[in-house]
Amino acid sequence: MGLKSTLHNLKEKYKGTKMAPAFNAIHTFLYLPNETTHNGTHIKVADDLKRTMNTVIMAMVPCLIFGMFNAGYQHYAAFGTPVEFLSWDAFYIGLIKILPLVIVSYGVGLAIEFLFAVIKKHEVEEGYLVTGMLVPLIVPVDTPLWMLAVAVAFGVVIGKEVFGGTGMNILNPALTIRAFLFFAYPTWMSGDKVWVHGAVERANEIAAGAELDAISGETILGGLAQGKDLGYSVADMFYGFIPGSVGETSTLLILLGGLFLIFTKIGSWRIMLSSVIGALLMGLIFNGVVDAGWITESSKFYGLMSTTWWHHLLIGGFAFGTVFMATDPVTASQTNKGKWIYGFLIGFISILIRVFNPAYPEGVMLAILLMNVFAPTIDHYVVQGNVKRRMKRLKVKTA
Amino acid sequence: MSNDIKIKKGLDIKLKGAAEKATENAIVSNFCTVRPEDFHSIIPKLIVKEGAKVKAGEAIFYNKSNDTMLFASPVSGEVLEIVRGPKRRVDAIKIQADKEQSFKDFGAFNLESADGNAVKAHLLASGCWPFIKQRPYDVIANPDKAPKAIFISGYASAPLVADLDYVLQGKEAELQAAVTALGKMTEGQVHVCVGKNSNSPLAGLNGVTLHTVSGPHPSGNVGTQINKIDPVNKGEVVWTVSGQDLVIIGELLLTGKFNAERIVALVGSSVKKPRYFKTKIGSEVATMVYDNGVDKDGNDRIISGNVLSGKQVKPDGALDYYSNTITVIPEGDDYEFFGWNKPVFNKVSTSRAMTFSWLTPNKKYELDTNTNGEHRAFVLTGNYEEVFPLDIYPLQILKACMYSDLDEMEALGMYEVAPEDFALTEFICVSKQPHQKIIRKGLDVMIKEIG
Repeated sequence: MGLKSTLHNLKEKYKGTKMAPAFNAIHTFLYLPNETTHNGTHIKVADDLKRTMNTVIMAMVPCLIFGMFNAGYQHYAAFGTPVEFLSWDAFYIGLIKILPLVIVSYGVGLAIEFLFAVIKKHEVEEGYLVTGMLVPLIVPVDTPLWMLAVAVAFGVVIGKEVFGGTGMNILNPALTIRAFLFFAYPTWMSGDKVWVHGAVERANEIAAGAELDAISGETILGGLAQGKDLGYSVADMFYGFIPGSVGETSTLLILLGGLFLIFTKIGSWRIMLSSVIGALLMGLIFNGVVDAGWITESSKFYGLMSTTWWHHLLIGGFAFGTVFMATDPVTASQTNKGKWIYGFLIGFISILIRVFNPAYPEGVMLAILLMNVFAPTIDHYVVQGNVKRRMKRLKVKTA
Repeated sequence: MSNDIKIKKGLDIKLKGAAEKATENAIVSNFCTVRPEDFHSIIPKLIVKEGAKVKAGEAIFYNKSNDTMLFASPVSGEVLEIVRGPKRRVDAIKIQADKEQSFKDFGAFNLESADGNAVKAHLLASGCWPFIKQRPYDVIANPDKAPKAIFISGYASAPLVADLDYVLQGKEAELQAAVTALGKMTEGQVHVCVGKNSNSPLAGLNGVTLHTVSGPHPSGNVGTQINKIDPVNKGEVVWTVSGQDLVIIGELLLTGKFNAERIVALVGSSVKKPRYFKTKIGSEVATMVYDNGVDKDGNDRIISGNVLSGKQVKPDGALDYYSNTITVIPEGDDYEFFGWNKPVFNKVSTSRAMTFSWLTPNKKYELDTNTNGEHRAFVLTGNYEEVFPLDIYPLQILKACMYSDLDEMEALGMYEVAPEDFALTEFICVSKQPHQKIIRKGLDVMIKEIG
C-alpha cells in the first residue's frame, strides 16, 4: 500500500499519454514492474537489463572513487605540495572536479534519452546508465563541462539514437563521446596539461605574463612518445598513482572490476583475454624490433617501442578499454569465435596505434572504434562457417 | 552416428511441485473442448453441426487443404456449441460427453500385410494423423511427402513434465504396434531416444534405432535429438510423434477404438498434492485442478503443458490436444520494490549478477509468472549459446526471423527448428524477447512463401 498503489494508479493514469515512457522510467527504477508473461515461457530468469547494467556500474565504482583520490593527489604532487594519497585534501579536489563531470554526463545523456523515448514512444532504455558512468572515467579531469555536455549530446544522438537506441548502435556511445572531444577540441584534449587539475590554468597564467613555474600534467604515454622517461615505478603504474584520465589509471582496480564482470558472467572473458594476448604480442614484436637494432634511439618511435612489452598493459587506457569498453555486447562481435578475433585485434591494434600515432599516443579508443565497425564483418564470416557446414551436409546427401 | 547422445549445453530449471508417482482417475469431464488452434496452420472445415451426436473417434472437422485428414472427437456425446471468433473462425468445438462412452469401430488393423499407404489411409481416416508432426515448420505432417526418418523422444527433460517412463508403463503392445506402423511409412529409420538410466518401455521395441540421451534440458526435446542424430536439410522432412500419442495410435491399430485417454501430470508449486491423473484429451482442467489443492480464488496461472512452452488456459479451459502435463504456478502481477538491483535468492538466474541461484544448484524454486523486467532490444550476447545445444546461431536466426529474410533464415537452419527449441533461450533472455513467438512467426512466413 501507500507508495506502491499510488504509483500504480499514476501509471494507469499516464497510460497511452506522451508522458508514459518518462513516468515508467522512474517507476520501474523504484519497482520491478508487475508485468507477467503471456504465451511462450511462463517463467523468466531474475535478470533484466537494469540488473545487468547495474552490475557493470558496480564494477566501475571503485575506479571512480580511486580516480577522485588520484585527481587530488596528482594535483598537489604537480604543484609541489604533495599530500597523502588517502587524504581528505586529495579526495576533496577529486570530488569537486569529478562529481560535476558525472552529473553533466548523466544529466545531459539521460535528458536526451528521455526526450527520444517520449518522441519515439518507446520505453527509456538502460544503455545510458553504463555510458553515463563510463564517460567521466575516460575524460581528463580538467575537461570543461560545456565541452563534455556538447560531446555527450553528440554521442548520444549520433552514436546511438539515430540507429534506433540501445542495442542498435554500431559504435560504442561512450567512445563516440570521447572521440568527439578529441577531434573537436584537439588543442585542449591532446596537450600535456589537461590531465592534472590546475595545469592548464597555470599555463594560461604564464602565457599572460605571470612569473610562475610551469606545471607538467603529462601522462606516461605522452612522455614516452617524446622519448622522455617519467620515472614512475611499475608498482605506481599498477596501483594507479599516475596521471591520466579519471578512471583509467588503476590497473589493479580495473583488473578486479574485470574479474567481477567475468564472475558475474556479464563481461566476456573471451574478449578481455584475447585483447590482452593481442597487446602482449604486439608489444613483443616491437621489443623484438628494438632488440634487432632496426631502429635507433634517435627514432621518434624508440621511446614507446622499447617499453617493456608487458608494461603496455599497465599504462594508458588499455586496461580500462579492454575491460569496460571492448566488452560492450552491442558493439562487439556477437559470436563466441568472433569475440576471440575481435578482442585479439583490439589489443594488437591498440599497441600499434599507440606507438605510431604521433599526435595522440593513446590507441585503445581508436582501436575499439575501428573494431566496432568491423565486428559485424567478423561475425558474418563466423556465421558463414556454420552456413557452409549446413550446405556441405546437403551436398553430401544429394551427391 | 553415435547411439549415445550427451548434451552439455542446457539448463535444468528445478521447480517445486513435481508429480508424485501415483495415478488417480480424474473426475469424468462433462465437457470436452477441441480447439483447432492446437493444430497450427490447419484451417478446419466443420463436418458436424451444433446438436449433432458423435461417437469417440468420429470426425468433427477436416483439413481445408487436405480433405482426407480428419480430426476426431475425443469423446462420444452431443456437439454443444461451436465457438467462433472474428471472421467466423472456428475457435472451439464444445462437446457434452455421454455418461456411457461409445466408440466408432475402425476395426483391428492387420499390420502384417498392410503397406505404408494402407497405414496412412487408416490413420488419416481415424483421426490419428494429427498426432504425427513434421519438421520443417513444426506442423501436422503432410501425408503426401515421405519422411526421411521418424523421431520419437521417450525422455522428457522440461521442468516438471510427466515422466514418460512412468506414464507409458504397461503399454508395450500399443507402442510396438504404433512404431511398426510408422516404420512402414518411411524408408529411413525410426529413431527412439530414451533417458540414459531409465527403464523406458520404449527401450524394448523392435524395428527401431535406439538412442540414449543424457544431460540437461533440452536433451529431451525431439528437436535436439534430431539435430544430433540426423539433422533436417533443405527439401527433407522428418516426422515426430510423442510417446503418449503413440499409445493412442497403437490402441487404434490393435482394437479399432480411438481412445483419447492419457495420463496427465498435474504439477506446479500452486498444487498441494501434485500427481498423475488418467483423463482424456479436451477435458476441463477444472476436473483435476481444484479438487487437488489449487485455491479456487487464488491468483494462479493454469498452463496446459509445461512452464516453458505450454498454453495459458482459463479456469474453465481444457487440456489441449498434445499436452500431458498441467502446470499451475502463481501469477506474478505485483510490483517488487527495487527488484532490479537487490540481491535475489528466490529466483533462478544463469548469471551471478547479485543473483545467487548458482550457490544452491539443487534448490527447488517457486517461480511466478512475473517477467522480472521489461521488454528490450537484444543487448547481451553469448548467453543463449550456453543453453542452446543445436548447431545453430540462436541470436542470428532470431534476428533473421524478425526481419523476415527468407534466404538468411534458410541458410541459418530454420528447417531444423521448432519454437520449443527456443524455450530456454527465451527463459534466460535478459531483454525478455518472445523467442518462441518470433520463431513461430518466422516458420509461418516460410510456410507461406516456400511451402
